[in-house]
Parts: sequence; structure tokens; C-alpha cells
Amino acid sequence: MLSIKNLHANINDKEILKGINLEIKPGEVHAIMGPNGSGKSTLSSVIAGKEDYVVTKGSIVLNGEDLENLAPEEIAHKGVFLSFQYPVEIPGVTVTNFIKTAINESRKAKGQEELPAKDMLKLIREKADLLEINRKFLSRSLNEGFSGGEKKRNEIFQMAMLEPKLAILDETDSGLDIDALKIVANGVNKLKSDDNAVVVITHYQRLLDYIVPDFVHVLYNGKIVKSGGKDLALELEKKGYDWLK
Amino acid sequence: MDLKEKLVSSFLAFEHKETLDLDSNVHQIRTKAIKNFELTGFPSKKDEEWKYTSLKSLLKNDFDIFPVTKEPVGFKNVRKYLINEIESYKLIFVDGVFSSFLSDTTHDECDVCVLSSALTRPKYKMVIDNYFNTIAKENNSFSELNTAFAKEGAFINIPKNTVLQKPIQIIHFSTGSEKEVMLQPRNLIVVGENSHAQIIERHQNISKNTTLTNSVTEIFVHTRAIVDFYKIQDDTKDSSLIDSTFVSQKQQSVASVHTFSFGGGIIRNNLEFNHEGEHITSNLHGISILNDKQHVDNHTLVNHKTPNCESHELYKGIYANKSTGVFNGKVIVQQEAQKTNAFQQNNNILIDDGATINAKPQLEIFADDVKCSHGCTIGQLDESALFYMQSRGIPKKEAKALLLFAFGNDVVEKIKIPQLKTRITKLIAKNLGVDLEFEL
Repeated sequence: MLSIKNLHANINDKEILKGINLEIKPGEVHAIMGPNGSGKSTLSSVIAGKEDYVVTKGSIVLNGEDLENLAPEEIAHKGVFLSFQYPVEIPGVTVTNFIKTAINESRKAKGQEELPAKDMLKLIREKADLLEINRKFLSRSLNEGFSGGEKKRNEIFQMAMLEPKLAILDETDSGLDIDALKIVANGVNKLKSDDNAVVVITHYQRLLDYIVPDFVHVLYNGKIVKSGGKDLALELEKKGYDWLK
Repeated sequence: MDLKEKLVSSFLAFEHKETLDLDSNVHQIRTKAIKNFELTGFPSKKDEEWKYTSLKSLLKNDFDIFPVTKEPVGFKNVRKYLINEIESYKLIFVDGVFSSFLSDTTHDECDVCVLSSALTRPKYKMVIDNYFNTIAKENNSFSELNTAFAKEGAFINIPKNTVLQKPIQIIHFSTGSEKEVMLQPRNLIVVGENSHAQIIERHQNISKNTTLTNSVTEIFVHTRAIVDFYKIQDDTKDSSLIDSTFVSQKQQSVASVHTFSFGGGIIRNNLEFNHEGEHITSNLHGISILNDKQHVDNHTLVNHKTPNCESHELYKGIYANKSTGVFNGKVIVQQEAQKTNAFQQNNNILIDDGATINAKPQLEIFADDVKCSHGCTIGQLDESALFYMQSRGIPKKEAKALLLFAFGNDVVEKIKIPQLKTRITKLIAKNLGVDLEFEL
């Protein structure tokens, strides 16, 4: 599904990613771990097409299509979803209107009709229930004044609405208490299928107790220095990252 | 001959040409006004109040002061500028001349008619003598110039205890098929005790000519009356507007003036509120969305003279390309005006590097037991918010528009006529270059 080959990327002429290789197949869950500043968030931003980053070498191919030079919205239309570490507050735009606009823009890009209001409402309710989101919450301004847990739950709610092929969860566990973590993980697991894939970026093993990865990769200084099964995460939790440097 | 000389010498022609009420009080006011204008002339950038708005090149035009409509204007020419989705009274002027054909006036529950007839009919002499040019400022040379040539515009006289069921649309069209046109409409609005009125005003050029409109509106809001006044400014790039609106309020009245500036050449809005009683509420709302080299200058004044009154001012600006905005909001709280609540907020977004905003909040507070606040922000579009929205599949252009819609939404939300709100939302979408109808 996603094939990253020898990916090098810069921001402001500083090289952050220094040759990343990663193969992700449908149905798989990959975890990317690593210390602060190793390039985890950069990798997710580059896949999502953030313009501040420049790919200097290598390629990112999704289902046979090179993502280079695509705008973030085009990448989203191809089925990539990035759950933000710090979701942005957008005053004046309600959760409902935001997600409606996002869904209908995606449909428009695929040459589909807008989703009828009635179906949209039904879908919103269904997915909100999945994430145990209060209905009142949906008419609030997007992320404005949300607690850390509410922001992350709202991210996964949007993921549930958009049904991506590849979901990248960037530190979705940060700022979550254990109950919220369970709800979020449960939501992700329910959305998981043989046709889609999930990349979990995290510092800690904790989230991986709930979203169990097939593969764990350690990112250090812009490169993947070790890959393994889910046991690698447990080992990292015990030993830290120093032994890999 | 420059424009000032031309105007001054045209005054004689005006007196002779028009069938004017030459021996009336109003004509004495006109005569005094032209003398005042002759003394002061047009303002220049040396005037503190005109520091950021240059009229130099605009005033070089050889304006036709008494324009004549060459081709008759039919409903189909102007339909799109009217809000047809609601029943309304309509006062429509073409090149300064009232079009009874396009208008819909009344003398039933109130008078919605024209100034020219009010000036000459004995029935209205009292109203004219009591109100005409009593609050327009003598030190405003554009206002004086307008007074000198005042003869046509809206005349709205609503007696007490009358709640108008229909809004009133006042539209001044200019055609001027051959030359640059100067228009000087004059509106007089008196709303009696306990009465309610909603008024929508628009100036629209339907030709390719250069137009300068120097408009003056006086609004009198009596005890417990409620007035909502909406100004739609979405004219062609060659159309400039100097608008001076003066509002006088009696006790417990509520007056709101909403200014939507979406286009034109140079737009200058002078908006003044004077309080003549206690427990008055004044609302000043504005949103400017500008492109190209457009220029909008909002000068507001709220003069709190009496205790226990409040004013709420909210102006938003979105400036793209090389457009320029000016916000000069003055609030005076005089010594007697204890327990005043005066709030002012001005927020601006500069979309492009070439855009400019000059913002100047001015609070002069002489009373000691008051609540006053002002806030002014100038920012850019939040890039991280744009990326966030794009990553959810919303294209950049639409994401920008959504952010800007959200930014302006609290001003749009104040519109009390739903059909007008829809129209304004569409105009905003048009000006942001998107085909979306957000329901925020």
C-alpha cells in the first residue's frame, strides 16, 4: 500500500530525514517509535504533504502513485489521514460543518455527488457514538477550548468519518488519560480492516497495549535503525533507546 | 477650473435651474453650507482625519454635477441589486432622480417617500425644520457640500408606536453614459417613539463610468425606538463613495449600523452616534473584504454624553492584494456619562504582503465610573490551520475561505433579516472567490 524508499527530507535546508525505507501492506499496523527529535513527526508531515518540507531524495508511493508534488488535500483524497499531535483550533467553524465540508470536498474530488444532509447526519451520529462523543460537542467550534482528550477523540472521529486507507496517528496517546486512551484505541480497532493500514507514532509502549502492532520500527536521527515485532516495543520500554544508538 | 471652483460656481446654476424652495429655511442652510465649503474646500492628507486616504487623483476628474440619464433604466437592469426575496418598501434613484416606476413608497402607516417632495410640501415643514441638517457636522466639508446641493434622497418619517412590517430598501443607481458623475444623495430618517424600522442602503454604479457619490444620512431615533441600518458597499472599481451618517438617539433607544464593504474605488465611511438620553444602546458593526487596489476608510465616533448608555463596536477587515484599510474608531465618554459601557473591537487579516491596514482606536474618557475596552489585532491566515484543513481533504482555496468566513462570522450573525444574511453570505463567497455556502 505505502512504499517509502530512501526518503530524504529537509526543512529550512536542515536535513531531518536521512534515508527512510518503509513498506506497509493492507491490513497491517505499524508502530514508529523513537526519542524526541528523531524525525517521527517530520515523517508523518512529509507523507501528508506539508509544504514546509522539501523531499531531496527518494520517494513515497501510495498504491502505485507517487505522492511527490501533490497538495495535502490531494493526498487526503487518495486516502491518507493524519491525526495531529496538536490539532489546530479553528474558532467559528463547528465540528459538524468542518467534517461535512471535508467529506463533500473529498467526494467532489472523486467525482461523486455531495452526501445528502440526512445521510450525513446519520453517519455523524453513528461515528460520534463509536467514539462516545456527546452530541452537543458536535456544534462547538473545532478544537476550540477542547481538552487534550477531546481533541484526540475528535481526530479519531474525523478519521472514522473519512474512512482512510492509511491512517497515521501522530502521538495520539499524548494528553490522554487511561479511559480516553481506551476509547480512542477501541475506535481505531473498530475501524481497522484487511483493506486499510495504520501507522502509530508514539513514545511509549502504553498505546500499543491497545492497538497491537504487527511491526515496530525505531527511528533515530532520521533513519530507521531497527525493526521488529511487537516485542520490540516492550524491550524499548525496558531498556530505553540508548542501546540502539 | 478645479472641482471645488466648479462646485461653487455651479451653486448659482443649481439655484436657477432647479425649482427650488428659494425662500425656505432649508435654502438658507444650503447657502450657508456652500459658503462653508468654499472656505474649507476638500480635505487633504494634511488633515489628521484624512491622513491615510488620499482623494487627490479622484478629485481631478471633471465630474458632471448635474448628470442626466440618457437611457431609461428598467427593472431588469437593476433587479440583481435588489433583495427581491422579501417584501419591502423601495426608494430607488437613478442619477439622483427618484424613479417612481422602480420604487414602492407609502404614506399609510408612515411616510416612506422622497426628500424633494418633503421639502416643498407644507405638511412636512415641521419635520424638516426640526430635523434637517441638525446633526450633520459643519466641520465636515463633504457633509457641507452635500447640504449645499441637498434636494433629493430618502425621506422616512415613522410616527410613534409603529412597527414596520417590511424593511425599506434605498438604492442610488448611477448610469452617466458619457462623463464622470458626481451624486449627492441626502437621506433624512426620523423614527418615532416605540417604533421599529429596518433599512437597507446601497449605492450602485451600473455603467463603466467613474462615479463619486457624496452621501449624507441623518437618522433620528426616538425614545425606545429600534433602528437597524444596513449599508451594502459592493460597487465597481471606478465608483467611490464618501458616506457620512449621523445618528441621534433618545433614551432607551437601540440603533445599529452595519457596514458591509466589499468593493469600490475609494470608500470613506464617517459614522457618528450622539446620545441624547439615558439607557441608550448603539451598535456599530462592519466587515470589509477588499481586493486589488481597493480602499476602505472607516471613521467612527461614539459620543457618550449621558449616563448609563452602552456602545458595542465590532469591525473586521480582510485585505488581499494591494488593498488598504483604515479603521479610526473614536469613543468619547464625557464627564457626565457615568456608568457607560463602551466596547470596541477591530480585527484584521492581511492576506498578501502588499495589503495594508491603518488601525487607530481612540478612547477619550473623562468620566471615572465606566467600563470601556478596546482591542485591535492585525494578523495573517494561520498556516498551521490551513495545513490541518487540507490534510482533511479541504482544498487550500476553500480552507482559506472557510477560515475567513469564520473570522467574519460574528459580524454576519448580527444581521436580523434572514434574506439579507443569505445575500451577504453570497457576496462574501463571491469576494473570496469560492462557490461555497457555509452555514456556520
